[in-house]
Parts: sequence; C-alpha cells; structure tokens
Amino acid sequence: MALYSAKVMDHFKNPRNVGIIENADGVGEVGNAKCGDIMKMYIKVENGILTDVKFETFGCGSAIASSSMATEMIKGKPISEALQLTNKAVAEALDGLPAHKLHCSVLAEEAVQSAILDYYTKNNIPYDSEQFKCVLCAHGEEHVEEEE
Amino acid sequence: MFVYADHAATTKLSAAAMKAYAETAAKYYGNPSSLHSVGQEAQEMLTACREEIAGILGAEAREIYFTSGGSEADNQAIRSAAYAGARKGKKKIISTAIEHHAVLHTLKRLEREGYEIVLLPVGESGVVEAKAVEEALDENTALVTVMLANNEIGTIQPVAEIGAICKKQGVLFHTDAVQAVGHIPVNVKKIGCDYLALSAHKFGGPKGVGALYVRRGAPIFPLIEGGAQERGKRAGTEDLPAVAAMTAALKASVADMDATSAALQGLQHKLIDGLSKIPHCALNGDREMRLPGNVSFCFEGIEGESLLLLLDEKGICASSGSACTSGSLDPSHVLLAIGRVHDVAHGSLRLSLGAENTVAEVDYMLEAIPEVVNYLRNMSPVWRDLMAGKRQFIL
Repeated sequence: MALYSAKVMDHFKNPRNVGIIENADGVGEVGNAKCGDIMKMYIKVENGILTDVKFETFGCGSAIASSSMATEMIKGKPISEALQLTNKAVAEALDGLPAHKLHCSVLAEEAVQSAILDYYTKNNIPYDSEQFKCVLCAHGEEHVEEEE
Repeated sequence: MFVYADHAATTKLSAAAMKAYAETAAKYYGNPSSLHSVGQEAQEMLTACREEIAGILGAEAREIYFTSGGSEADNQAIRSAAYAGARKGKKKIISTAIEHHAVLHTLKRLEREGYEIVLLPVGESGVVEAKAVEEALDENTALVTVMLANNEIGTIQPVAEIGAICKKQGVLFHTDAVQAVGHIPVNVKKIGCDYLALSAHKFGGPKGVGALYVRRGAPIFPLIEGGAQERGKRAGTEDLPAVAAMTAALKASVADMDATSAALQGLQHKLIDGLSKIPHCALNGDREMRLPGNVSFCFEGIEGESLLLLLDEKGICASSGSACTSGSLDPSHVLLAIGRVHDVAHGSLRLSLGAENTVAEVDYMLEAIPEVVNYLRNMSPVWRDLMAGKRQFIL
C-alpha cells in the first residue's frame, strides 16, 4: 500500500510489545472510541528505568504502528528520556506518516506521558505539571467536541 | 488466494467492453460532429449506442445524455431541476440522509445558494419510507432526489412508489441509479422518474463515462458550455470508444442479470450467515431489500482501516466506512444515518461481490475475516473493557 511507508507497515503487521502488564507501575489511556483511536500504555519502572512497556490500541494502521514504535523507542530508557519523546520523533522513526495521520503519533506521545503521569501520581512523586499539560487537560474528549 | 470483493467501488472492464473499446477506437476515430463520412460513421455509432442504452432503460434515445460519469449526471440533474424550480419560486429539495456525496454535496452547495434542503431519515433498515416523502412534499418543492440503491449498505429504495407520489404532485424526481444499473432491473417508466444517473464502471464498463436520462419535457441545463454535442446539453467531443464500451458492458450485464443475480445472492447469504457467527457484530441495512452481492457489517471493538489493511495482506480487497478510510473525522454518514454510533461505525466492513467471485472465495473470506477480527480485538483496549464489563456492548 502506497499510503504508508514500509516501516509503518512493518510495525503495523508485526507490532512490538503488544499486550498488557499485570500490576503495571503506570497505565495511561488516551483518545476515545468515538473518534476511532484509543491507545493504552502499560509501564514497569525500576530505579527510574522503563524496564518493560506494553500497549493495546484500537485504531487504524498508523495508530497501531505509532504505538508499537513509541514502545520500542522508550523501552529500557530512563523516564527522563521517555518524557522527551515527541510525536515528531515517532513519525520520523516510522519514515513519516500521511498528514491526516499525524495525530496518531501525537496520541502515542500522549500515551507515554499519560502512563508516566499515572506512575508519578500513584507513587506520590512530584512532577512539573507543565510537562504533562497535554494529558492533564483531558485533551481527547474535549478535542473531539471541538472538531464537531 | 486473491479475492476482489470491492465491486461497488469499481469493476474490472468486462471482456465485451474491452473488445468494444478497442474496435471502436480503431474504427471510429472520426469526430461525430464532423460532416464528412468518417465523422458521420462515428455519429451513427454514437446514435446506435444511445438507442441501445435507451432501449435497456425503457427510454427514448433522445432522452439519454452521455456524461463523464455518475457524479456529473447527478450534478446536472439536480441543478437543472433546482434552477427550473427557482424560476417558479420553488426552492425546496427533498432527499435522504444516505445519498452519495455526488448528490449530498451538490445539495449542500444549493443550500448555500438559498435552497431549502430536507434530508429524510431512513431508520435502521436503511430504507426510506415513501410516505415520508409524501409528507415532506409541498407546493414549494422543486425536486425529490432519492437513490435507487445505496452504495455502502446496498439497500434498495422504494423509488417506484416515490415516483408515483411525485408524478401525482407534479414534482420532478431524480434517482441516482449508479449502484443499481446493470445489477437489478431498472426501467425509467416503471420508476416514473424524470432523471436517472448511471455510471459505466459499476457494471464492467470503463471509468470516466456515464449517462443521464432526462424525461422528454423535463428541464435540463448544461453544466459544461461549449459545442452543441448532446443536443447542446453537454459540450465536449464525445468519448465514443468509452460510450461503446459502456454500451457493450451494459448489454452483457443485462443479458446475464438473472443468472448472475441468483448466483450472487447465494454467495451473499452464505457470507452474511457466516459472518453473523462472529460475536458482537451486526449486518448493516435490511437483509432482503438489498443489492445482490452487497454485504456490510459492523464489528464492535475494532477499527475498519486496520481491518482492511490486514485483509489486503491476506489477498482480500474490501472497503470500510470508518473515519480513517473516509478521510474525515467522522465515520460514514450512511452508517450514522442507520443508527450505528461512532464507536461501532468505525468498525465497518463492506464486501461487494461480482459475477467472477466463487464459493471457494467466500469460504476463504469466512476463514480470514473472523481471524483478523479476533486478532485486532485481542490488541484492542476497547475490546478488553467490553469483555471485562467496564464498557457496555452496543452490538
């Protein structure tokens, strides 16, 4: 399919880190079923390192590929580094996404942040709310209403 | 295995059409508007095609105008009736919520130009009630436009009943028959329509050619100005090879219609029965009042584009009404109109069969589709929530 790069198709057909983590240290869910994309990310943290990452996604090919790529990019990395992951980096790592699919990489970035925020909250770890402003504003729901 | 199950999107050029195209292009190269013999031979060929198509539709040759396809035909019919209505102070147009965009977008533009557009609901069956058309009609109505059969869910509309209502009230009636012509019997007299649009590539003809039937006496204005082709209603040198190929394709489709239709219905019901076994899914549109060969389902917990991509990997070409495939944020307006909520409408699949599809192909699809649906559900957080009771099943 010419719509997607070979990288996207590879991550879509053979997604890395699919599944759930029982007793995850952090879980983040972004998007909503109404707009057709939901990403759920599970993280396991040891000494500030993301020792395991898993995802579940309801969505199109690029949503599944973006989730897969994002997990691959943060797995084994310190949290501080995972927080630097941008949607642009995810899209670039996939050799680009069609313009109308870029929001899938945004969701991937937000899913990572949302899972880390959940970990911080559960463990009473102080954080800079500026860093999480996108996920804190419950972006998904409000975004959809606006678009309609 | 390779299975092409997207005949409602387009069909392969039929053997008859291919032959007619090649022969006409080689033999009738003249411009039908030219006075010399080469031009006049082309003109005669064009006339023969017009007569053939008119005969199949129950029309007169002079009531058939060749166009660039179904969209142009829909645009021209609607605008012609709208402008004629406006001259008499009638600026209301009645249609349905499930029309093709060629109709809906034309109506939307007319609304911006000051027309009143009424889109009738269809309910879960995907079939509009003729009574609803009757109730919406008033002295300000310029046109009623209702499709003969829906392109997504295949539902057949009661156009003959609607035609009779319109005739009684003296209101113009257009039907977009793009999905129907060549697949089910279509006769303009029996429908009682003033306009009917058709497209060649839906029944084995080439892309880029179609026709508009305009009842003698019904208003018709050109969208494209220029030469006097098509009795001054559609300028531009005629694409004679395409018209000849369309004619040959239609002739062949109509000749085989009964046998093809029976075979397709067998495959269709087998597919519907087989796919219905997948838990938490639903057939879209009425099961009986639908085109032979159309199968449309929604599967809860998954998204249509990923379903299509994985089916393509397995050699199955299908289509979906999910937002991701529609190129907008919303899923198909047709699925929403029959009451499928967004969450479910995103997980739609349309399989449209053609004469070349086989029982073996249907068996293969019945093996592959549940597999892919399961695979996607197993990675879907929505499905997990549904199974855990954290979210209510809709289907």
